[in-house]
Amino acid sequence: MTDQAYNFAYLDEDTKRMIRRAILKAIAVPGYQVPFASREMPMPYGWGTGGVQVTAATLLPTDRLKVIDQGADDTTNAVSIRKFFQRTAGVATTERTAEATLIQTRHRIPETPLTEEQILVYQVPIPEPMRFLEPRETETRRIHALADYGLMQVRLYEDIARHGEIATSYAYPVEVACRYVMDPSPIPKFDNPKMNDCPAIQLFGAGREQRIYAVPPYTRVVSLDFDDHPFRASKASHDCAICGASDSYLDEVITDDAGGRMFVCSDTDYCAARAERGE
Amino acid sequence: MMAMLAEAGPGISGEEEGPISSSSKYPGPDAPLLRVRQITKRYGARIGCADVSFDLWPGEVMGIVGESGSGKSTLLGCLSGQLRPDQGEVVFRTRTGPVDTVRMSEPDRRLLARTDWAFVHQNPRDGLRMGVSAGGNVGERLMATGARHYGRIRGSAGEWLERVEIDRGRIDDRPSQFSGGMQQRLQIARNLVSGPKLAFMDEPTGGLDVSVQARLLDLLRGLVRDMGLSAVLVTHDLAVVRLLADRLMVMKDGHVIETGLTDQVLDDPQHGYTQLLVSSVLQV
Repeated sequence: MTDQAYNFAYLDEDTKRMIRRAILKAIAVPGYQVPFASREMPMPYGWGTGGVQVTAATLLPTDRLKVIDQGADDTTNAVSIRKFFQRTAGVATTERTAEATLIQTRHRIPETPLTEEQILVYQVPIPEPMRFLEPRETETRRIHALADYGLMQVRLYEDIARHGEIATSYAYPVEVACRYVMDPSPIPKFDNPKMNDCPAIQLFGAGREQRIYAVPPYTRVVSLDFDDHPFRASKASHDCAICGASDSYLDEVITDDAGGRMFVCSDTDYCAARAERGE
Repeated sequence: MMAMLAEAGPGISGEEEGPISSSSKYPGPDAPLLRVRQITKRYGARIGCADVSFDLWPGEVMGIVGESGSGKSTLLGCLSGQLRPDQGEVVFRTRTGPVDTVRMSEPDRRLLARTDWAFVHQNPRDGLRMGVSAGGNVGERLMATGARHYGRIRGSAGEWLERVEIDRGRIDDRPSQFSGGMQQRLQIARNLVSGPKLAFMDEPTGGLDVSVQARLLDLLRGLVRDMGLSAVLVTHDLAVVRLLADRLMVMKDGHVIETGLTDQVLDDPQHGYTQLLVSSVLQV
């Protein structure tokens, strides 16, 4: 049931127009962080205020919405955001990746390949990939403007020097369309290759940091690396304990206090569909 | 004359330079590396530095001395592209030909600043990334200019640490774990790894105790000689310029009041202020 006290999808039309303009600019300049006038949302920062605003601005009454949190449809963040749009927009929702037209995600890309009919909206905590190396925003903007990305490589160098390999396992920096270096939000680096040449539109919203950026369909997205330490999409070397999948990203679940543990698919829809089909 | 030079633009030498630089559009190896003409920088009504001109030749070290507030650092900032002078030109002879660095585009200047140029800050904290290991600090220039082979980057970083007398075993330590003298040597390694032609140094020995200063000066002298490095060295310490500089410029209130060979200026100062400066040095 739509709550009539709210405009469609919570935000007023002027705000949505402002966000859409930012999104269009972001798609026109792949990987570039477009500033936008982020609004207060009825949820705390860090819970996906940026993603929710992007979703609200792109949502149509005919859309079928899926919300995932770390791959799962049934965790607090996913459930509350899904309910939020059910109530304020009255759109249909689904847990099936293939059936959704708009997917808001926190920290995962679904295992099921996306299509041209879909939009993937990421929740981004810190949009600036160089934030912890260069605290000055003026300087990071200049670095982006001049494509002066030696500093990014220093970050990877430090990883190898300290750990013997590139130990960054999430929020692994990528180069988009041979130009901007971008933080892919804290998705595991296992998901990085899925961003490359993806048929779906990928939108990134950072509410607290007031930035929107995007990867248009079929865009080259390359993970940064060294010639002698190439990028590797890593995952736990197990099969899923429920569906037996060997090609999906796994969560480690502690089952008791005696060291018992199991590895299960982080993408609950993918896992359930496989189990249903009896694979 | 100035207006004419400015119109002619970079690459064309002025006539007053004598036969060497006026003989061709792209001068040969015996032309000056850096040609500074009429550099002026004002801060509102006050003068930072005014009407400074000089030539720096390959392999030469130019010392700039003067008291605090005399415009030394402003001048160095203008020369190294960190400040934009209100007037004048700084023509640097790049690998492809002379270019006015005041008017070149920012990406070009940044590229120059991490290939052919070096800048050594007085405080190593300004020139180093304190949260990044020594190896990462030295390797940054290489990575910024496109090096993407970890093993080779690390190899040259280790080599350079040894050249500045830092133990190779400390390559993964952060600069914050280094002593002041080591930090300064690390900063020098970080700058020289790209094989620059010209180094700007702002009080490189400031804040170090005398024995550490002596070692650093020794090291710098060796590096300048081995690499054929030219340098513009700003300091208020006359002993430092005596050891390092070939020529000397004395500044006061933003103006250059005396220039000459270092020994000549220090042993036979002509200007009243230079005489005061030289006689103010404490004798042990």
